[in-house]
Amino acid sequence: MPAPAARPTRAHLRLLQDLTEAIGVSGAEGPVRAIVRKQVEPHADTVKVDALGNLLVNRRGAGRVRLRVMVSAHMDEVGMMVVSVSSEGLLKFEAVGSIDDRQLLGKPVWVGADRLPGFIGAKPIHLMGEDETGQTVKVESMSIDIGSGSKTAAEAKVKPGDRATFATRFRRLGPSVMAKALDDRLGVATLIELVQNPPDGIELLAAFTVQEEVGLRGARAAAFSLDPQAALALDCTPANDLPSWDGEENIAYNTRLGNGPAIYAADGRSLAHPGLLEHFIHTAESQGLPFQIRQPGGGATDAGVIHVARSGIPSLSLSTPARYPHSAAGIASLSDWRDTARLAHAALSTLTERTLRRS
Amino acid sequence: MADVMLTLLKDLIRLPGLSGHERPAQERIQAAWEPLVDELSLSPIGSLHALKHGSGESPRPSVLVATHMDAIGMMVSVLDHGLLRVAEIGGLEPRVLPGQPVTVHGRRDLPGLLIQPPAHAIPPDDRKGPVAVKYLMVDVGLPPRQVERLVRPGDLVSFAQEPFEQGEDRLVGHSLDNRASVAALTACLVELQQRSHHWDLWAVATAQEEETLGGALTSAFALRPSVAVAVDVTWARAPGLPEHRTFPLGEGPTNAWGPNIHPGVHKALKEAAERVEVPLALEPLPAHSGTDAFALQIAGEGIPTGVLGIPLLNMHTPVEAVSIADIRRTGRLLAEFVAGLPADFLQTLTLD
Repeated sequence: MPAPAARPTRAHLRLLQDLTEAIGVSGAEGPVRAIVRKQVEPHADTVKVDALGNLLVNRRGAGRVRLRVMVSAHMDEVGMMVVSVSSEGLLKFEAVGSIDDRQLLGKPVWVGADRLPGFIGAKPIHLMGEDETGQTVKVESMSIDIGSGSKTAAEAKVKPGDRATFATRFRRLGPSVMAKALDDRLGVATLIELVQNPPDGIELLAAFTVQEEVGLRGARAAAFSLDPQAALALDCTPANDLPSWDGEENIAYNTRLGNGPAIYAADGRSLAHPGLLEHFIHTAESQGLPFQIRQPGGGATDAGVIHVARSGIPSLSLSTPARYPHSAAGIASLSDWRDTARLAHAALSTLTERTLRRS
Repeated sequence: MADVMLTLLKDLIRLPGLSGHERPAQERIQAAWEPLVDELSLSPIGSLHALKHGSGESPRPSVLVATHMDAIGMMVSVLDHGLLRVAEIGGLEPRVLPGQPVTVHGRRDLPGLLIQPPAHAIPPDDRKGPVAVKYLMVDVGLPPRQVERLVRPGDLVSFAQEPFEQGEDRLVGHSLDNRASVAALTACLVELQQRSHHWDLWAVATAQEEETLGGALTSAFALRPSVAVAVDVTWARAPGLPEHRTFPLGEGPTNAWGPNIHPGVHKALKEAAERVEVPLALEPLPAHSGTDAFALQIAGEGIPTGVLGIPLLNMHTPVEAVSIADIRRTGRLLAEFVAGLPADFLQTLTLD
């Protein structure tokens, strides 16, 4: 099949918009799953949803199948869960997944399946004590206001357990995009494209996973049931490439925006399979595709659990970098995303059993 | 009939118009006021003056109603590897800033995002708690060379949060401080189309309230009204805020009381509210009212001044929230106050 397009099409942008504006907080990925299903169903050999909510798709590429390869991308995003309704009709909430408390105050949110517009209330600066602005407001003392005015009115619309996300609209910024949940709807969009346009010679076992942000939970069950010979986790990793306050070179950038897809050598939960790592680097170099090695360190992708599923599965992670993940809005480079799809497609098309051998 | 007030307000909270650069807001207000007043002009500092003639014999006394139209925001201070560091215009709460959408008014308008840099890019002492405005940055998603072509220090950065509604009565967005009051004054002008008033009315959308009060001070000097009223937002009640300094959203405006306020104007506002059955809470302001009144009162030889407040949640954030009913009530109260001013009102304003 032809290589994925180097430049984003209108359909690509539309899909990114739909995916990033959908609400799919860990454990409640339904709206994202519905979008994915619609996109992949006409192209898939089989589609099923497992007990956790993973959407598992089989798609055979052209030619003789050399390998069965699992490619995962997580559908869930970090967000919030309503835990109680106060007597004033305000919603107390907790974070689902890791969100810095400092990202929450004064942000618009969408609450529940009906996407009720709300905001996380903030104290006016005029009414603060002298050292108050120096203190971080903890999530425990925040609440979401949906304009209800009373407990009864609020409870008619929202109940404890409902999920909420930042209310952020997708936006194009020249060569970049700004959106919530780029982690990992970028990966989901890439994987949709792989199902629609599968690499030759492999049986693609596409796993649109759940609950990555709360402990890589969906991928573990998916890897067991798909039983692949190799796995690729498509994710989104922070580009911490901002200039330092003191003009010193930033050497803890993790990845840099615009420098191409990030290949993992190691993260906090897995070490890349050496053959796969070499194969992806070689593919990028021989195809003239930009790439970068993500700085080894903490963090995790679905590969953290896939590589230790069953009796061990050779695994690699490949991410599109994005700035400011796990906040109201991130920024990613469209060319990094397109090159991620191109690199994944090219590398999977030439993957053989030999790549996976441990010598 | 189209709701002139609400249409104007919804437009205004999509527009920039930072202190000192109010033109986008001013042009929109001017378009709304043009059919409602007899004369329009701009002050050298950028305030919009609208005169609606009274029916009394010339020379007539005049009342000035001041609503500031400027908004808080930021200004680019330095370009750093394609990212922008910013300085404040007006008082910002740094803790609500990370993750807010903004517009950078460079050689062309650029959408951008106000962000908190990763920990290692800020000084060690600032990593744990809230990050100071000087370490926050704006990312416009463009390559550094393009940013350098399009942006320079001094360019304005305005909040770009899209307004939204909650139910029938609540409007949420940036710059409702103080465009909610501009809307209330507009509702007053609309109502006065059907009523006669003895006094001249100067409807003024003031500039630079958030920085220097320079608009109100200079407009009051130039127009020398007999009486002035500043309309501004006040703090709406919310958990964690002191009850004695806050007022429930949706339960009517406030009538301020304190050294910036002339007792006679205060009383006349109170009586006007009673006549039209607008609930009006007493708002004690023991010192600086924090509004244009601070400047109006001491313009020229001094002007008897009153202050009305419209309760507002999340003041000085991009999610300020206001009750539309409170704005309508304030407009109705203003119209009644203006129309009800007797020819000899000034003579009743004596202090013992």
